[in-house]
Amino acid sequence: MSRGVSFLARRAGFYALAAWAAITLNFLIPRMMPGDPASVMFARFRGELEPEAIEALRATLGLTDGPLWSQYLTYLSHVLRGDLGTSVAYFPAPVSEVIGVGLLWTVLLAGTALVIAFALGTLLGALAAWWRGGWLDSTAPLVLSLVGAFPYFWLAMVAVYLLGFMMGWFPLRHAYDTGIRAGPTVAFAASVLHHAALPAATLVLASLGGWLLTMRNTMVGVLGEDHVRYARARGLPPRRIFLHYAARNALLPSVTGFGMALGFVLSGALLTEIVFSYPGQGYLLIQSVRAQDFPLMQGIFLTITLAVLGANWLVDAVTLILDPRTRR
Amino acid sequence: MTGARWYKALWANPKSRVGLVVVVAFALLAVVGPWLVGDPTAFLAVPHQPPSTAHWLGTTGQGQDVLAQTVAGARPTLAVGVLTGLLVVGFGAVTGGAAGFWGGRVDDALSLLINVFLVLPGLPLMVVVAAWLPPGPATMTAVLVLTGWAWNARVLRSQVRSLRERDFVAAAVVSGESGVRILVAEILPNMASLIASAFIGATVYAIGAQVGLEFLGLGDPSAVTWGTNLYWASNDSALLTGAWWTFVPTGVGVALVGFGLVLVNFGIDEITNPRLATPTTGGGDG
Repeated sequence: MSRGVSFLARRAGFYALAAWAAITLNFLIPRMMPGDPASVMFARFRGELEPEAIEALRATLGLTDGPLWSQYLTYLSHVLRGDLGTSVAYFPAPVSEVIGVGLLWTVLLAGTALVIAFALGTLLGALAAWWRGGWLDSTAPLVLSLVGAFPYFWLAMVAVYLLGFMMGWFPLRHAYDTGIRAGPTVAFAASVLHHAALPAATLVLASLGGWLLTMRNTMVGVLGEDHVRYARARGLPPRRIFLHYAARNALLPSVTGFGMALGFVLSGALLTEIVFSYPGQGYLLIQSVRAQDFPLMQGIFLTITLAVLGANWLVDAVTLILDPRTRR
Repeated sequence: MTGARWYKALWANPKSRVGLVVVVAFALLAVVGPWLVGDPTAFLAVPHQPPSTAHWLGTTGQGQDVLAQTVAGARPTLAVGVLTGLLVVGFGAVTGGAAGFWGGRVDDALSLLINVFLVLPGLPLMVVVAAWLPPGPATMTAVLVLTGWAWNARVLRSQVRSLRERDFVAAAVVSGESGVRILVAEILPNMASLIASAFIGATVYAIGAQVGLEFLGLGDPSAVTWGTNLYWASNDSALLTGAWWTFVPTGVGVALVGFGLVLVNFGIDEITNPRLATPTTGGGDG
């Protein structure tokens, strides 16, 4: 077990390094731009901002007159204390407060879509390999590649048009009915589910193909291995061979891919949220881009990055449980 | 294989033949199309008119011709896509090649860099970088290369690593050739098909990511590209007014180009790996 602990510790070290890289990029990007970042930014806001807002903006970005390294240290200490600065568009609300609410919606949307797509895609991929050359195997990869070629958010636009606008089955926008008071009531939960169904379904549809192909290709390999052939020769029931001998062993690459897929699904969710005006991180991100709210934009980037890194570490822990080779 | 034989093999494969036809058709459209349609930015008619004989694909929320915008948008979008694909593969070949060939400390440092870039979420990073730079094709290409190179670098690194162990490389080392020369003249030509499919995968990624970023409003909103077409469709409330013709043609264009390129990649896979009788993964993805 000690090897497992040191494996997790090493991975934690790597993610800490990646987090540091993200924070440093956040610090450096405004300073690498041509010209003085402060004057570039303030020129855009000329006449639109209160002097206090400009001061807050300066403080957030650490744009003081001190040398670069002292600015960097100030910035690092702020981030480590969870202080992401003050939003310009929602002045004087702190960035962390603005982000907090949106993060929940994004995690709900992207998380649900990811879990459903993983389960469904993996199952379909396993079945496609099991009945190799059957109709599922010959049509699904090609059809899903075609679907995957459409931009995520474009599929969402078509879905809103067909099922929301034409048929009226689903709401066109927002995360819940604004007429319903938010709270732990059945009506509110139903409204949230109703609003999440279509955006989640488009995300599942667009990401299903990757899971299906990964599982199918690994499973084809596992089905050709000796232990599966031996199980067949012993006359074990096909159901048992499928679940315990083939699918279980073929699952590992899909689980390892989970961490990477998280980033892709999250990007898709950010764009999908904009189509549905879903009040998550993506919707906030575009509003911060349009309002040139740099502190909010950078805060969103950091939160999303940290969430992805944390989730990746959890996936590493799951891999450890599934794959005894990393445990010994 | 020489270029002519590659072409013959790709044409003989039914999947890549369809892919080649689609890709060449769009390439032609991108080159000559803008001269065949009128000014895509001209305000011609009543906004949000459905397709008619006067405007085959209807008009936008600003009263511009959707057909002209779709055709004119192909050129800048595909140009940035192909240029980014080339740069991503070039950058990936340099870093991945160096890491795989020299190994040791070089590999440790480069692999760490590659892995950090792989784990950082792409879209938010693109948004943060693009928002600071002046919008336009140069910014777009730079941002796409920054966030896209790592995946290819990793794939190319592992291939160089395995070729490094082959006898012909050992022979070149013994004959006293320099490392750079072995990498460029001996190893890279032997992985031409992998580089070709990496280029195609990177181009597909670049087109998709570019359209997404411009949809977010990070492109130049006054230029006519596939991404800004969708940005304006969304901004002019196409979804709330049911103006499907303002976003369907552009989306179909993006998907057809992407699918055509993926089909060519399926073909390359099947030619270089004859065991793949049935379809499998199509190389690099977004």
